[in-house]
Amino acid sequence: MQKKIIKSSIILFIIFIIGVFFTGLNKSSIYDTKNLVGQKITNIKLERFNNNRIITEEDLKKNDFTLINFWASWCAPCRVEHPILLKLNKEKNLKLLGVNFKDKKNNALKFLRDLGNPYDDLARDELGKYSINFGIYGIPESILINKDLVIIKKFIGPISQNDYTYIKNTVRE
Amino acid sequence: MRLKTIIFFIILNLNIASAENFTLDLNKVLKNLRCLVCQGQSVADSNSEFAQTIKLVVKDQIKEGKSEKEIYNFLVEKYGEWIVYKPPLNKVNFVLWLFPYLVFVIGGVVIFLLLKKRNNH
Repeated sequence: MQKKIIKSSIILFIIFIIGVFFTGLNKSSIYDTKNLVGQKITNIKLERFNNNRIITEEDLKKNDFTLINFWASWCAPCRVEHPILLKLNKEKNLKLLGVNFKDKKNNALKFLRDLGNPYDDLARDELGKYSINFGIYGIPESILINKDLVIIKKFIGPISQNDYTYIKNTVRE
Repeated sequence: MRLKTIIFFIILNLNIASAENFTLDLNKVLKNLRCLVCQGQSVADSNSEFAQTIKLVVKDQIKEGKSEKEIYNFLVEKYGEWIVYKPPLNKVNFVLWLFPYLVFVIGGVVIFLLLKKRNNH
């Protein structure tokens, strides 16, 4: 009887270990933020680029959809996505909020002068502290939110042509 | 004069003690935070842009009087559980938490049964 218990315990233990390894190794260890989709963004506090007025939740609730784009003049991939942002600016139901991230004001202005300004509203996060509230860990990153400030999708890296189509279809629905 | 010197040293001591306390708390929190853009480094060990920003935010939150748990909760809400090295007990990871205790109990039972068997012989 005891032998049977020990035997079945060992077998169960081996099955358990195999199970743990199987699930563990099949799981992607690359960090992504897809779990944040569906969450509501709260405590929005962003300093406007040109004056000290603060952009709050109330400002974003006025828009049907808002694409919050974190960018900097020193960020090379931001240049890649810039023409797509300019195209997105033409969408009626979408407002673009640019957050200039850890950048010098003059460089940021030169960047927009050279490449065009796609943003309906522009904010500044000099130390990057406010961006933590949006779950940002690098730039460029963009967050598409709806009127209720719920995250519809998070785009890590420059916005691609596929992302553009997705955003366009979502805001036109 | 002597009294003034004593008071000066008491105040100096108090300041050093509170500064040490602040550093200790900050480091403790930062060591339990994973740097999401680094390879196997905590926020405390990393100098990446991300880690530097998180350090500033945690410092601010400690100054605001937030507890360690509140700081973790804030960051977990923003980045998911992956950001903390020691995730809180929940329905997804309860096996991980309970497994060592389970092994301990089962091991105890097995040893007890083996010893009992040996005594009977």
